Amino acid sequence: MSSHEQDTALKQNVDPQADLATEAEPEGPLAEQVPDERCLCFDNVSKFYGEVLGVNRVNLRIPPGITSLVGPNGSGKSTLMNLMTGLLEPTAGEIKLLGFSPRDPQNLFRHLGYCAQFDSFPPGLNGYHFVYSYLRVHGMSREEAKRRTDNALERTNIAHAADRRMAGYSKGMRQRIKLAQATAHDPQVLILDEPLNGLDPMGRAEIIDLFKELAAAGKHVIISSHILHEVDLISDQVILLNEGYVVAEGDIRSVRGEIDKHPLQIMIRCDKPESLAMRLVRMPHLRELKMHDDRQGLLVATSDSKAFYLELNDIVLEEEIAIEAVTPADEDVHAVYQYLIGSGQESTS
Amino acid sequence: MSEATTQRPMDGMPLWINQILAVMRLEIRKTLLGRRAFLLYALAGITPAILGLMVVVSSAFGLPPGLEEFGATMMFAAVVFRMILGFALYLGCVWIFMNLFRGEMLDRSLHYYFMVPIRRDVLVAGKFISGWTTSTVLFGVTTLASFLLLNLAFGVDQLQRHLFDGPGLTQLFWYMVIVALGCLGYGTVFLLIGLFFRNPIVPAVMFWGWEALSFLLPPVLKKLTVIHYLESLYPVEVSQGALAILTEGTPAWITIPGLLIFCAIVMAIAAQRIRRMEVQYGSD
Repeated sequence: MSSHEQDTALKQNVDPQADLATEAEPEGPLAEQVPDERCLCFDNVSKFYGEVLGVNRVNLRIPPGITSLVGPNGSGKSTLMNLMTGLLEPTAGEIKLLGFSPRDPQNLFRHLGYCAQFDSFPPGLNGYHFVYSYLRVHGMSREEAKRRTDNALERTNIAHAADRRMAGYSKGMRQRIKLAQATAHDPQVLILDEPLNGLDPMGRAEIIDLFKELAAAGKHVIISSHILHEVDLISDQVILLNEGYVVAEGDIRSVRGEIDKHPLQIMIRCDKPESLAMRLVRMPHLRELKMHDDRQGLLVATSDSKAFYLELNDIVLEEEIAIEAVTPADEDVHAVYQYLIGSGQESTS
Repeated sequence: MSEATTQRPMDGMPLWINQILAVMRLEIRKTLLGRRAFLLYALAGITPAILGLMVVVSSAFGLPPGLEEFGATMMFAAVVFRMILGFALYLGCVWIFMNLFRGEMLDRSLHYYFMVPIRRDVLVAGKFISGWTTSTVLFGVTTLASFLLLNLAFGVDQLQRHLFDGPGLTQLFWYMVIVALGCLGYGTVFLLIGLFFRNPIVPAVMFWGWEALSFLLPPVLKKLTVIHYLESLYPVEVSQGALAILTEGTPAWITIPGLLIFCAIVMAIAAQRIRRMEVQYGSD
């Protein structure tokens, strides 16, 4: 396997017992070059809530940069983050962040900031005191805490609302103040559970710029999201989770490549579906074609979506077809998981 | 490595003392300035409010004859025993100390403390001391105000005589000690209950019944109540009724260190509990 292949290798170990070593490299060269003291390491980590699986047999080695944990609700993203931060204790396995154990909060949290999913705050505090008070609990002097609070509020663009009680904050403001609290002590590792939720497009752009800035400074930025395309452009690597298992991890390009190979389903609503179908069946990349029950549309599956869209334009013009809608039918992340899980099962069978 | 990694003592004090002080500032602000503080102020204010009303009524119509015979000293002892220790302070401590951890679990805000570089035993100490400080100040003020108002109801002369020519100041000092120790004793019990019971209200109510009926308990069981130790410190003899089983009081030199040792043991248990605590507010 070439170094690039290793770097971008996908891990498709849906079944933890399955040996997929030929296809999967859990750690790329980038992670290998970085010493343990600069990595976030999961060694065979499992977490069960009674008999309910949180995450199972997770082995990861996360180097600095932006890493996204992507998966649908209940896939184990928050569990993984809570394990990293010591809010949960693993049922089995070991976690080390920059060489510190999550059971050693007095040292770990000097280097780690966590923006948790919980959207609640201590009662009676305004935004400023929320950040400032926790910096004082770190042990910082009044002046240092004040300076860092001001910086963090400015950086996350929430200074204008700092003197308001947080109970009256909008969802976006809550995200910003949590981010301010998580970043105020300038941690080396930043763990952010769904940090873009509730932010408007401009807010997202600002916060994404902040993530990029932090990653460029050599920090770990771990982001969770249930929307792949929300984070794929900014991530150095992604970890795909489903039902408690790491189903794929690696460079985003390789994950995208895998997704591109997956036949894309497209729904077309038009006035002449029969004529359209007659032309579409000649396409070499067409994998499937189904007529809608109302005979007002088609569902097609293609292995080359770019070529499909180009040819579709020509057909529509030539046949004078009135198109009502052309919609990708399975571009959501769930479909990607279905594909990844499916291919994982195929390769093990 | 990030700027925040360095630990240095601040103002010449060890880090853990600074952290305890920071936790205290945060906790006291939350307890006294939050929306829920209203309940605490209501509990603390109810006794002085009733006594204030008594001052107004007595200045207009005079004291009822029975009350005058009973005397301000005995009446205040009963007020402290029944209304402050047995009601306001008890419920206030339930509220303050159970909320230290259990309340934050319910609010889903405990994780903020678990995300700062503080030893969990230091966190427990900081929270407990802040709860004790808040409750002692709050119910200390209640006791002081009640003392002044009740004596005022018997006339300004009575108040002046009692304070400056009589045992008033000494008695007031001991009542303050009782309030401080009451907050310590009840606070310790409720911290423990809050950590080990998912719904701490039921054990708190049961313990209230246990304390209220302590006068009926045999001497051995009396020693398992907080009120027994507090009664021993009373500056005057308080009648507990005809049915009370009388026992010899515990001397102050045992009561005070005893409560402090009990508190230290519970804090150690609580610290152990908090060290192993997971934050699981609900579904993942």
